[in-house]
Amino acid sequence: MSTQHEADWQGELAPGDERQGDSGASGGVRGYLLALALSVLLTAASFAVVGTKLLWAPGIPVALAVFAVAQMGVHLVFFLHINSGPDNTNNILALAFGILIVSIIISGSLWIMFHLNHNMMPMNKLTDLHLQH
Amino acid sequence: MFGKLSWSAIPLHEPIPLITCMVIVAIIFGTLLLVLLKGWAPYLWKEWITSVDHKRVGVMYFLLGFIMLLRGFSDAIMMRSQLAVAYNAPGYLPPDHYDQIFSAHGTIMIFFVAMPFVIGLMNFVVPLQIGSRDVAFPTLNSVSLWLTASGVLLVNLSLGIGEFSRAGWLAYPPLSELSFSPGVGVDYYLWSLQISGIGTLLSGVNLVTTILKLRAPGMALSRMPVFSWTALASNLLIVAAFPILTATFAMLLLDRYLDFHFFTNELGGNPMMYINLIWAWGHPEVYILILPCFGVFSEVISTFSSKPLFGYRSMVMATMVICVLSFMVWLHHFFTMGAGADVNGFFGIMTMIIAVPTGVKVFNWLFTMYGGRIRFTTPILWAVGFMVTFVIGGITGVLMAVPPADFILHNSLFLIAHFHNVIIGGVVFGAFAGYTYWFPKVFGFKLHEGWGKAAFWFWFFGFYVAFMPLYVLGGMGMTRRMQHYDVAAWKPYLVVAALGAVLILCGIVCHIAQLVVSIRSRHRLADLTGDPWDGRTLEWITTSPPPVFNFAVLPNVKGEEAYWGMKQKALAAGQLAEEPIYEDIEVPRNTPTGFVTAFFSTITGFALIWHIWWLVCLGLLGAFLTFVRFAWRNEDEYRIPASEVARLDRERRRTRSAVIASGSIE
Repeated sequence: MSTQHEADWQGELAPGDERQGDSGASGGVRGYLLALALSVLLTAASFAVVGTKLLWAPGIPVALAVFAVAQMGVHLVFFLHINSGPDNTNNILALAFGILIVSIIISGSLWIMFHLNHNMMPMNKLTDLHLQH
Repeated sequence: MFGKLSWSAIPLHEPIPLITCMVIVAIIFGTLLLVLLKGWAPYLWKEWITSVDHKRVGVMYFLLGFIMLLRGFSDAIMMRSQLAVAYNAPGYLPPDHYDQIFSAHGTIMIFFVAMPFVIGLMNFVVPLQIGSRDVAFPTLNSVSLWLTASGVLLVNLSLGIGEFSRAGWLAYPPLSELSFSPGVGVDYYLWSLQISGIGTLLSGVNLVTTILKLRAPGMALSRMPVFSWTALASNLLIVAAFPILTATFAMLLLDRYLDFHFFTNELGGNPMMYINLIWAWGHPEVYILILPCFGVFSEVISTFSSKPLFGYRSMVMATMVICVLSFMVWLHHFFTMGAGADVNGFFGIMTMIIAVPTGVKVFNWLFTMYGGRIRFTTPILWAVGFMVTFVIGGITGVLMAVPPADFILHNSLFLIAHFHNVIIGGVVFGAFAGYTYWFPKVFGFKLHEGWGKAAFWFWFFGFYVAFMPLYVLGGMGMTRRMQHYDVAAWKPYLVVAALGAVLILCGIVCHIAQLVVSIRSRHRLADLTGDPWDGRTLEWITTSPPPVFNFAVLPNVKGEEAYWGMKQKALAAGQLAEEPIYEDIEVPRNTPTGFVTAFFSTITGFALIWHIWWLVCLGLLGAFLTFVRFAWRNEDEYRIPASEVARLDRERRRTRSAVIASGSIE
């Protein structure tokens, strides 16, 4: 931890600055172009799935969710440069924390809201005068 | 041309806001005139308003918080005096105005008092404590500050132009929807919090990055002072929670501006979703506020007990456990909304569990004090007062974590007493402890002890006199947000509570007196060594006030309590460590980016509130151009030559050596 930090100081890298000569699939102009293509493809695929009859209708929401998550993955890897490199521990931990919180909030909200609706009389019955003696 | 804005927005027929406004405007113009006449304006502009130095940004945050404390407190004392006289009578505040006052009180106290206090302390202390020269993104820091100030300005504008929200401090729909609140009040609320919320989020990102990336050599996370740990936890919570707030408010804004139906009663909207989401932010928010205060108390108690903190590792663990658990308890704010026993039971138990790490902390503080040589200065009075008060607040909290009990106490004054118990007893006491503790580091002289102690005792007893009656009233069935009442038995308690508010007022007056007296006798109270309290952490190694670059040479940390170790070594050797080799230091240049961005944000916010669309475009364009100009800047740093660094540090070493030679520090 500390040695890596010293290296940062010597290299005069501000946090978030990219190291020169960053290579690999997620670096450089080629990486950004690839990511742009993937993003466009995923977005176009979402519209295509909704606009055509390629997929079984009830499966469409699932497909949209899959495309959305894939899109997030592309953004995280290519634009935010989250990868398994040696000086990425903080980023990975931050991502893990983010995923934890998002899953708590989403699953918790679903659970809570379902429970509320579960314990309430449905609207159409509430306005049904036959039930209100 | 001016949207909904017309002359009728000025409350000419309401004497209370009108007179308040005139007084505020007079004070502002008086101050401006004084600044201009005395020729202070260039100094203020160059050294403070455009400053990107984390220390000055921190001081300005704290000042902002203190000024807004005066505003929030005047709302409080108006409510208490209204209720003291409103038995079977209308009192002096009409319901319409009263509703705005309690909404403004809550909004201001949380967002514009407690948050600036806490962020101000973190901004000032964290870089010094981890041995860094500044925060990771200095200009962003200035932007955060001024965006918060922009929110403050908008809230206060609502006093004189238009109205403020009447929908409580969290603006629950459907009341806050357009159909029930057609005025601009809720829009003032939403836009000021959106703008300042962005500032808070940026500040959180900034401090998390600073703590993770800019620690001094050798300062492993396992050696980081507890205040910096709590700051890390608090800022992680800011980064995770504030987007929820922004998204929730954005949905409510879409409802109000573009006829969406997220939270409306009709057309498939669900107001309960708002309550769910706002508390998913709201509960972490209270820990955002209290965790850094726990850190302050840890530092204060350890320093003034002249002992290392008891159970450092358990303290860090407790902090991080709270950080995660704080996201799993939010339903306890709306047990009564209709969820079944499974959900209520789960969140009730989680709420009780989160009290455990807090209990660990309290025992750690007690054991730190046990056997220590305690110096009863003002900061430790706040700390002891906190421990007593906060434990009572914690107990009433655990009581309300039991869902059946909450069904009785929900929305009663018992709840009001509980959260004031933890927020005043925890956050406010913590902010004042930190203020007194770090003041000599900020300005180079201590605060007057006598006035500080008087302020403490007024606040302490004032709190009990003001809020213990509210527990009783809650038990008697009095609900919150009442403008008048007809139960004779409530009256004596409400009169006592009003007297408590007067005691707290005396406490605030003592604070102001303390500041004035301390400034006048600053030479007598001067802190020449930079270590007035025999401190243990790195901020005390540098001079008071610290130079703009904080440390001439970045300290090399060799263990927990970095500075204490170095000091003991120097005392044993009878001299300081050898003089280091000084190098040039690059310091970020001051820039008006933050101020100008906030100026345009305020214009945008104001225009959005009043539907002045051309002005919205103009404001956004201005903010964008400011950003472009900043992004294309050429020079952003200036160099302080090694000779100057050496001169300053040799001076520091001279005073230090004299102290070391005399054998002890103070």
